[in-house]
Amino acid sequence: MNSYLKDKAVNFSFIFPALLLFSIFYIYPFIYTFILSFQRGDGIYTSQFVGLANFKEVLLYDKDWWPSMFYGGFITLFALTFQNVIALFLALAVDKAIKTGKFYRVIFFVLCVLSEIIVGLLTRQILISNPGIFNQWLSKFGLGFFIHNWLDAKQILFQIGNVKITHALITTALVHSWKGFGWAFVILLAGLQAIPEQLYESARIDGARSHQSFLRITLPLLTPVIVLVCILTILGTMQAFAMILALTRGAGGLTEVPVMRIYNHLRGSQIGLACAEGIVLGVVLITLSFTMLRISKWVRSRWGVLPS
Amino acid sequence: MRLSKMSWLIIAITVFFSGCAPKQEVDEKKIVVWHWMNDRKDAFDTLAKEYTAQTGIPVKFKLFFPPDIYSQKVIAAARAGNLPEIFGILGEKQSLGSFIKAGHVLDLTPFMEKNEKEWKKSFYTQTLQTTVFNKNNSYEVSPGIYGVPIDATLMQFIYNKSLFEKAGLDPNNPPQTFDEFITYAQTIKNKLGVDGFVCGWGEGWLINCLAVEWAINIMGEKKFVDTIEGKVSYTDNDWIKVFSLFKVLKESDILANDITTMINKESEDAFSKGMAAFSFNGSWTVNVYKQLASDLDYAFFSLPRVSNRALKVWGGAGSSFMVKAKSSNKIDAIEFLKWFTAKKQQSFLIKNTNNLPAIANCEEELPPILRAITDNLERLTHPNIWPYNEDSRVIEVMNKALQQIVMGIKTPQDAAKEIQEIKQRVANQ
Repeated sequence: MNSYLKDKAVNFSFIFPALLLFSIFYIYPFIYTFILSFQRGDGIYTSQFVGLANFKEVLLYDKDWWPSMFYGGFITLFALTFQNVIALFLALAVDKAIKTGKFYRVIFFVLCVLSEIIVGLLTRQILISNPGIFNQWLSKFGLGFFIHNWLDAKQILFQIGNVKITHALITTALVHSWKGFGWAFVILLAGLQAIPEQLYESARIDGARSHQSFLRITLPLLTPVIVLVCILTILGTMQAFAMILALTRGAGGLTEVPVMRIYNHLRGSQIGLACAEGIVLGVVLITLSFTMLRISKWVRSRWGVLPS
Repeated sequence: MRLSKMSWLIIAITVFFSGCAPKQEVDEKKIVVWHWMNDRKDAFDTLAKEYTAQTGIPVKFKLFFPPDIYSQKVIAAARAGNLPEIFGILGEKQSLGSFIKAGHVLDLTPFMEKNEKEWKKSFYTQTLQTTVFNKNNSYEVSPGIYGVPIDATLMQFIYNKSLFEKAGLDPNNPPQTFDEFITYAQTIKNKLGVDGFVCGWGEGWLINCLAVEWAINIMGEKKFVDTIEGKVSYTDNDWIKVFSLFKVLKESDILANDITTMINKESEDAFSKGMAAFSFNGSWTVNVYKQLASDLDYAFFSLPRVSNRALKVWGGAGSSFMVKAKSSNKIDAIEFLKWFTAKKQQSFLIKNTNNLPAIANCEEELPPILRAITDNLERLTHPNIWPYNEDSRVIEVMNKALQQIVMGIKTPQDAAKEIQEIKQRVANQ
């Protein structure tokens, strides 16, 4: 063996264990998921090759798949707007709070540390109509007019085709946002603290007002971080599952999100179908992420951060 | 001394793969049992110790909880060829069939039929039937007995006797018919302000059990099985009648709020606190109520009838154990299971876990509340006993449709149409 190949082999040997582990735990399951998605069976014995039948079932025939994507999308939209806007405002506030910043960082982040199941079960106990702890609090604070059945899936607020928006779905979206805003807050705060203070000082010397500093300095420089937060929010929320399962059990399909459908099909021994659903969801999420990156590039070039 | 890069590489690879050698069984006689029954852990461990003391063979019960996790673990272990000597399989009979066809489960027929079928005869027929595959079965499994039931389960209606008394109803006369059930529940709700009926219908299988019991009462078991086989449509009038019962339940305003998002544990908690007059649950609930509210005054009663046809009760083997086909300890494992399902051990389990026994002639050990329903063990119905199993996608659609009828956002007719559509699609595949 010449010394070049020997060096290459030795160098490769150092990454070999990591590569092997990565292949076993990431690449193999990934490829195996693809293989299973073309089969029908329960993953133990039966495995019949069915071509694209599982994908056809998911994309064309399954009446509950696209509503579940919509419900996931609805919760994501809530998280993108409500959750991230609150996170941004809090990050802006805490960014300036020199003495108490650390305290707030811990307070806002603590919810993210809790398990999704725990948050789901706890909020269910608070929101469920009997004994109705949350409703009792509302009544105590003179907000009795606001009392209603928070997990009610019976009352449809509005309907688009097969998709029904209920109180249960809105409550699910709110609880998800409440649990998740800590992540966005921490990332946005880190982004804010990375913006050099000299830029604000120069702007002040040039007579810029605070809203002008925000629009001309903070927002453009924070755009990559906001895009990152948005991508993470989309990926995280579209794959949310445990909290929703604990909170509503799917509410007869009216809060059923894509991962819950995958879970139900796995439990029902429809392994091929579940894998096909996983792949479809993955493709949708990758497409959304790339779209967000394109939008980010466009926004940054429009605002003059990148050359247009 | 300095080692060359190549020497380091050889050492690294040797160390890396050293953990990959197959584990050698140190104790050849050891029997390992995997289970998911959290509530029976201590009782199982006690029996394991006793067996070891008697025979010298170590027995280790390993608990994996919750059942979903257990189920995934068993599937993964089967694929990896790493199953223990004894294990349980959760899920539909189709799953058991797949395990058998993949060669993981031992056919116990020769052992069950030894000594003039002594072991086989000790079980209630229907409980054993859940793990039996008959000739020409639809799962294409070689006929045989593939599991050992360790207890039995029945799904029953339950009523709170104290609430009956407070509402001026006779606590010893529960409702017999569906109409009486609605009237009683409404009376209690109106007089006492508690819910008429509570159940964990957020878990689809519970609403499905009840629908099946009513379906069999309305159309008979043959027509019911014919539907699964595809000979009768879900849009048949009898099925519409079944779905309409859930509409009546909703309209009668007796159901607990949030019933369609409620899990069984929550419903058990609510019933044990006297927050509802009626519930529908399994016979295991006796143990649950004993722990939640030992002074709760309640009793089981039969399904409120809709027709005069014979009633069937959803139930069967609560849990069954299978023996690993390729185990070198299979004979020891079978001997242990024989001992485990003998009268003395079954009586011990009854006393400690308040579950119905898998074998007959243990009735005197049962608490009176369970003794009263042992007759129902002779008229069980269960998917594992039917000659055909419904596809899980059809069951999923049916459960959701029933939940939506209860919510009042779907009509029985729409539900029937939707279920038949998926049934048709599955059949075409």
